[in-house]
Amino acid sequence: MVVVALSITGVINRTRALLAGRKGIRFFQHIYNVRLQLQKGAVYSTTTTALFRIAPAVYLGGALLAFLFIPVADLEPMLSFHGDIILVAYLLALSRVAIILAALDTGSSFEGMGAAREALYGALVEPALMMGLATLALFCGYSSFADIFSMAQELDMNLTIVLLMVAYVFVVIMIIEAGRVPVDDPKTHLELTMIHEVMCLDYSGVDMAFIHIAGWLKNAIFAVIAANAIAVAVSFHWWFAVPMAIIITGVSIGVVESLRARNKLSRNITYILTIVAMSALVLLTGFLLIQNIEI
Amino acid sequence: MKLYHITDNRATAVAIKDIPVVEYVDLYNDLKERMNDVRYHVGHYFAVEIEQGLKFYMILLDDKTSEVLVTSFVPDYYAEGLASLTAIHPQFHPFEREMHELYGIPFDSHPWLKPLRFSHDRRDKSSTMDSYPFYTIEGDELHEVNVGPIHAGIIEPGAFRFICDGEQVLHLEIALGYQHRGVEGEIVRNQNRLRQTLIAESIAGDTAVGHATAYAEVVEKLAGKQASKNLNLERMIAIELERIAMHLADTGALATDIGFQLYQVACEALRTVTINTSQAWCGNRFGKSVIRPCGSNHPLTAEKIAMIRKNIADVRRRYNEVRDDILEDKTLLARFDQCGLVPKSEMIRIGGVGQAARASGLLRDLRATHPWGYYTEIKHEAILKHECDVMSRLATRMDEVLQSADYIEKALAEYTPGENIPAPDYEAPLAAESLSFSLVEGWRGEICHVALTDDKGNIAKYKIKDPSLHNWLGLAIAVRSEGISDFPINNKSFNLSYCGHDL
Repeated sequence: MVVVALSITGVINRTRALLAGRKGIRFFQHIYNVRLQLQKGAVYSTTTTALFRIAPAVYLGGALLAFLFIPVADLEPMLSFHGDIILVAYLLALSRVAIILAALDTGSSFEGMGAAREALYGALVEPALMMGLATLALFCGYSSFADIFSMAQELDMNLTIVLLMVAYVFVVIMIIEAGRVPVDDPKTHLELTMIHEVMCLDYSGVDMAFIHIAGWLKNAIFAVIAANAIAVAVSFHWWFAVPMAIIITGVSIGVVESLRARNKLSRNITYILTIVAMSALVLLTGFLLIQNIEI
Repeated sequence: MKLYHITDNRATAVAIKDIPVVEYVDLYNDLKERMNDVRYHVGHYFAVEIEQGLKFYMILLDDKTSEVLVTSFVPDYYAEGLASLTAIHPQFHPFEREMHELYGIPFDSHPWLKPLRFSHDRRDKSSTMDSYPFYTIEGDELHEVNVGPIHAGIIEPGAFRFICDGEQVLHLEIALGYQHRGVEGEIVRNQNRLRQTLIAESIAGDTAVGHATAYAEVVEKLAGKQASKNLNLERMIAIELERIAMHLADTGALATDIGFQLYQVACEALRTVTINTSQAWCGNRFGKSVIRPCGSNHPLTAEKIAMIRKNIADVRRRYNEVRDDILEDKTLLARFDQCGLVPKSEMIRIGGVGQAARASGLLRDLRATHPWGYYTEIKHEAILKHECDVMSRLATRMDEVLQSADYIEKALAEYTPGENIPAPDYEAPLAAESLSFSLVEGWRGEICHVALTDDKGNIAKYKIKDPSLHNWLGLAIAVRSEGISDFPINNKSFNLSYCGHDL
């Protein structure tokens, strides 16, 4: 799990570099960068309040706690109880709220715009997340991640295709949550076009490192859920799920970022709603298959 | 009554006594009608301090007949103010604003009499950048977004104030002047012509060749010297190389702004080949030192010709592939198509020039309408696009790269290496009491330099116009009603110069 969190950014960078015909930066450069930031102090704008300082901790805490509930194929998660999938979804929502409030707290017009966009996209993507999780829960009648994926081996092979679609939904959710192309562009320097990055403009040093780490953890959560869904269908072992999580997300993001343009900002809503519709479809198909209803 | 002295872009300097001194009322009434015709646009309009107050010069361009109309007037010292031409024809706005700023001339009914560039020698020293009178709109639903003057990245400073309704831009106001260096004054203070050339090369760093050519043309016209065929060919090759390099850079920059890595790296690589070609020719990647008045330090040799020919053919072939892909890429078209519209009628009103005007279907290309040097021989046909959007501005650039590559190949074929090109002459005597102007189509558009000499033949007044002066307003119009997140691609599609505007 930790390996997944630390590697995805490296794979993305390496894929991008390869496709651009460059040698690329060190695989673990992002970790060195964060280590450097952790050693630094933080600078705070005079217009901010305590809220601004607490937010990165809440953001990281939420992501870290959610992270602990996620099993990797046949490895048990650290924490688990009945109904924890709801908790994970709302822990992620909590960390989002924290960072949005902090962005509004700075009083900068850029960050206000970013917060508005993040809130809108967050609200839109949440149904997709919930329905994706609901599909998984439906298959095995459990509502904790550990139970879902430990029961999963007994599934009918008919459901394989549905599981692969669930995996796809989670990869796209990850792209949206992580602010990658085509929804957002983490490489841009243009504040007016940013979504996630613009909210972190006023952060520096330790706080920035917290935000980066939380970002990796969130990526890993979605990547591992997607990989688990595939692993259920193919080979339910952690040594299959871990490389799968890194490769499907890292490579797909790297390729997408090299080979297509960003969406027009107003088109993002359509893009996200497509994923919501897709996950609704997956849920419905899953439901029909479970009930053995012939169409 | 004769209102204008008629000349063209190839003639030598005009003696000041030949320029009619007219009544402003007559000129105003004439321009009111004349400027309704799209064939005319203003080349330059400025005031010079004389003993009796101020003398105004105006240069009008007639795109149909290639004529250049020069006129002047001296308003009564005690006159209350001048009727503003901007109120009827907005293309006069930067010139009237400049004169208002420098000399405090009140232009009656000027709709937008705001400071232009906060010159060091401005009349009203209490008018500062911090007190720039931004336009505001009241409303609960609206919010203002201020960008700059210091931007992320390595671009120059300039303040952008957006008034937005949610994500939609209602109004954009651009306040410049942060880059003001006093270039015009510096040229007059340095009578050493080598220094003047170096200053001219630094007017706008991305148009070094364009501005240096404009300066060299002005001086040669004053000195009464005609550049030889080889020299003209060399200048054409240099300016077209610069055009290719900048258009390539902008294609790459547009791809960067939509997060499209593939085209970005492809164009950056091609631009490197192009500017390295300049470096292999003259030792400077931006073509500084190629253009010198009355001669050249870097005559082309047979080897250099072969090198340029090979590189340009390479760039041309590879860029053509990029171009074909861009024209078919759906994700890219979804961003650029129908984004940032500046209709032709608006372009005419604001006096848009250069590549941006041509992308709106307005023929403003000095190579075609007011040819100089070797352009008189090649019968340039300007590339016009009629979609008026970001894609149109990109498509103009892409086609111009291929066209420029053709011109370079043609010029290289015409060039006879070994034929003697004189070394630059910085001492040639200049005609006294004369006005000399040059019109050069840089990669961004129309560059106009004007020099006035005193009774000893020294340059007493030097005026510069970079195409950005006209086109910044075009950018402000383009983003109206667009999403604020589309501002960067609009900005890149114009790619205007801050220091060329601020001087």
